[in-house]
Amino acid sequence: MKKKIIVVGGGLSGLMATLKICEAGGEVELFSYCPVKRSHSLCAQGGMNACMDTKGENDTVYEHFDDTVYGGDFLADQTAVQGMTDAAPKLIKMFDRMGVPFTRTAEGMLDLRNFGGQKNKRTLFSGSTTGQQLLYALDEQVRAWELKGAVKKYEFWEFIKIIKNKEGVCRGIVAQDMNAMEIRAFRADTVILATGGPGMVFGRCTASTICNGSAVSAVYQQGAYIGNPEFIQIHPTAIPGSDKNRLMSEACRGEGGRVWVYKDGKPWYFLEEMYPAYGNLVPRDVASRAIYDVCVNQKLGINGENRVYLDLSHIPAEYLERKLGGILEMYSEFVGDDPRKVPMQIYPSVHYSMGGIWVDIKHNTNIPGLMASGECDYQYHGANRLGANSLLSATYSGTVSGPEAMRWAKEGERGSELTDEDLKKAADACRAEYEAILKMDGPENAHQLHHELGDVMNKYVTIERVNKDLDYCFDEVKKILKRWDNIGLTDRSSWSNQEAMFTRQLRNMIIYALVVTKAARMRDESRGAHYKREFPTRDDERFMKTTIAEYDQATEEPKISYIDFDHSLVKPRARNYAVAKKE
Amino acid sequence: MAEAKKKVHFIIERQDGPNSKPYTEEFEVDYRPALNVVASLMEIQKNPVTKDGKKTTAPVWECNCLEKVCGACMMVINGKAQQACAALIDHLEQPIRLAPARTFPVIRDLAIDRTVMFENLKRIQGWVKVDGSWEVHNDAPRQNPRTAATAYEISRCMTCGCCMEACPNVNSGSDFIGPAALGQTHLFNMHPIGEYFKEDRLNALMDKGGIASCGNSQNCVEACPKEIKLTTYIAKLNREVNKQALKNMFNK
Ligand SMILES: Cc1cc2nc3c(=O)[nH]c(=O)nc-3n(C[C@H](O)[C@H](O)[C@H](O)COP(=O)(O)OP(=O)(O)OC[C@H]3O[C@@H](n4cnc5c(N)ncnc54)[C@H](O)[C@@H]3O)c2cc1C
Repeated sequence: MKKKIIVVGGGLSGLMATLKICEAGGEVELFSYCPVKRSHSLCAQGGMNACMDTKGENDTVYEHFDDTVYGGDFLADQTAVQGMTDAAPKLIKMFDRMGVPFTRTAEGMLDLRNFGGQKNKRTLFSGSTTGQQLLYALDEQVRAWELKGAVKKYEFWEFIKIIKNKEGVCRGIVAQDMNAMEIRAFRADTVILATGGPGMVFGRCTASTICNGSAVSAVYQQGAYIGNPEFIQIHPTAIPGSDKNRLMSEACRGEGGRVWVYKDGKPWYFLEEMYPAYGNLVPRDVASRAIYDVCVNQKLGINGENRVYLDLSHIPAEYLERKLGGILEMYSEFVGDDPRKVPMQIYPSVHYSMGGIWVDIKHNTNIPGLMASGECDYQYHGANRLGANSLLSATYSGTVSGPEAMRWAKEGERGSELTDEDLKKAADACRAEYEAILKMDGPENAHQLHHELGDVMNKYVTIERVNKDLDYCFDEVKKILKRWDNIGLTDRSSWSNQEAMFTRQLRNMIIYALVVTKAARMRDESRGAHYKREFPTRDDERFMKTTIAEYDQATEEPKISYIDFDHSLVKPRARNYAVAKKE
Repeated sequence: MAEAKKKVHFIIERQDGPNSKPYTEEFEVDYRPALNVVASLMEIQKNPVTKDGKKTTAPVWECNCLEKVCGACMMVINGKAQQACAALIDHLEQPIRLAPARTFPVIRDLAIDRTVMFENLKRIQGWVKVDGSWEVHNDAPRQNPRTAATAYEISRCMTCGCCMEACPNVNSGSDFIGPAALGQTHLFNMHPIGEYFKEDRLNALMDKGGIASCGNSQNCVEACPKEIKLTTYIAKLNREVNKQALKNMFNK
């Protein structure tokens, strides 16, 4: 019989895993909130890193590896990173064969651009919609397999929980049809979660509205470990907005954009002054902290507000059009000013989670039979992710998790099959939970409560973290968790009930917020995206370790511990972007 | 005395399920600069009360990216199919009328079922046939950067369905495949490897509901939020299909 793998999530990672499974003769049931072609991966504008060395810079795969480890402030599993950077050029060639319309040089080769934290041109791009183009290529290939019968899509279905057999092995999932609201249990030989990042835990961020971390939180509550949850990337350049903070890609700086504010009546290019070696192309955590410092501590933001200029107006319009067209169009469209003529106004925003479900190098979680890949896992980026490394890690992780899921399906110690009774029990439990939500009639509104969750998380658990504030925040989030019980639904319809589903997701988001906050509280050092003024330096002695968060049923709080990880390839050294990186 | 807050007035066409009767409800949302339609709908979610103070449910709609790339939030706003996230209140005449794109079956309120668009991509074999995702130790062919730029233009199609809604020949009474899939056919036929199976794609468009059902109304190119030159590519494709039809006749 064919092996059946459930893949939850059809972003780059889920689709890549799906392809690999089909090619290995397996069958996939693919679950997603939306048609997979609308997954969040398509938001990526800037590009994907791979050492192609076509710009006469003698770029090497080793340099890509070292930049990634150094950029991640020595918290990434080095053997895993090496696997990824080695594979990168091959993955680009695969995408090229699949028809991704990469931007090309005059001689028809794939063009490369600069990105943060890297001295060499290493970022491949497709105009200003690289993620969209990569996602579409995999979506198309998966559609071909769908036609051959190897893939069955469950789009507009929400993953609720995994099902374990009596040996504790994951052997299936429960999911809900988002229109008919039917809740059903499914069997699988292996389950892969590829559900993307948790941005919505912070309310306003650069991610899509479906990036809620709800699935990750659900399996965490079922025993999966979360690794390094405190490492949340704040992107330095976003357009603040009430519905979402829209990203202004790092490509703007890659193509020569300069960040400045007025100081003593004159433009002050503070990144160039503070970090002469990398200038505007310092990694994201460094740039975000500098902007925060300039606005919040030095009070030099534009008109006293939390904004700084990101300036492209000195670059020829024709060049901008070719390299950044779509991005600039977006700014004009959503803000109304033309960035070719006037400097843009931006501020840092929550963007990406380095942390996620803990996995081994093959993407197995600590629950046998359950795997995780893509932004929902914790692998590859350590304490800070370099720009354009995530389309890479999402894709690469799918090339690892897919084949490993097949191996497990064939050779793993999977224990007993789920009986019909097991399936019914699991579905019934989720049904009961859902019915209870439908009946909630307290005074709180779920969307309003979510807004408040976003406010506290943004205020206390982003760029600068202070222990006493984190304690306060943790208490506030616990209060929000209590208030969740007092939500009242306005919509009790049994058809396409978005409010009921959102209410279930919200509880998972709150639980995840506790994980991020607690892990941040416990790490008394500064490393990558995690910065505490009270502990301004990196403490390798105590904290060159992976944070592990484990769910405690009784308190609904995380238990935090630390484990060693593989850093056998390069020795840690101080990370300093004021000077050129030394090896 | 504080000035009364500026309000934004919405008239929203609602429908409880695929077979229910449509009705309208009116809402008011506080104005703020740079407000768009999705952000307004989000405000209504926080307090679903109509303009007259009647408690109701929040309208159902689909959205993901809020950056005009995912295609999810397409709806008819003041009579024009467009992405709700990029529809700025400042650019719209009030009251703002929201309605589902009724070319597609309505699921609930503003949410519609666009399955047909994804099925169309199967019909035209919308992919480059690669042997597999493994390495083949051979680079893909180089491409003329200008041709690649055209491919990029078409490849930005986000399957939103604005062109389908605008096209007079796409409706429940017709089986016309519609502009989006035609544009995609041209895209895959342009690709140096995709081109190998050009004939299959052209043949698929000779069947019922294929390219011959295009009435050349030119609405699609006006409606496309990505400004894809749909009519230009459909015209090119039409010539290719005709050539192929002749070829088929001689080869019979
Ligand atoms: C604005 C923006 C720009 C970016 N630009 C870049 C860039 O230039 N370069 C780069 O390298 N990275 C970039 N990133 C990061 C990168 O886009 C993401 O990290 C990456 O695409 C994640 O891919 P993924 O496959 O893990 O998840 P996603 O693409 O987020 O896919 C998640 C999938 O899971 C599904 N899902 C989630 N939860 C459930 C559930 N409970 N039930 C059912 N389905 C579920 C969703 O429907 C979706 O299909 C950017 C991110 C943002 C926000």
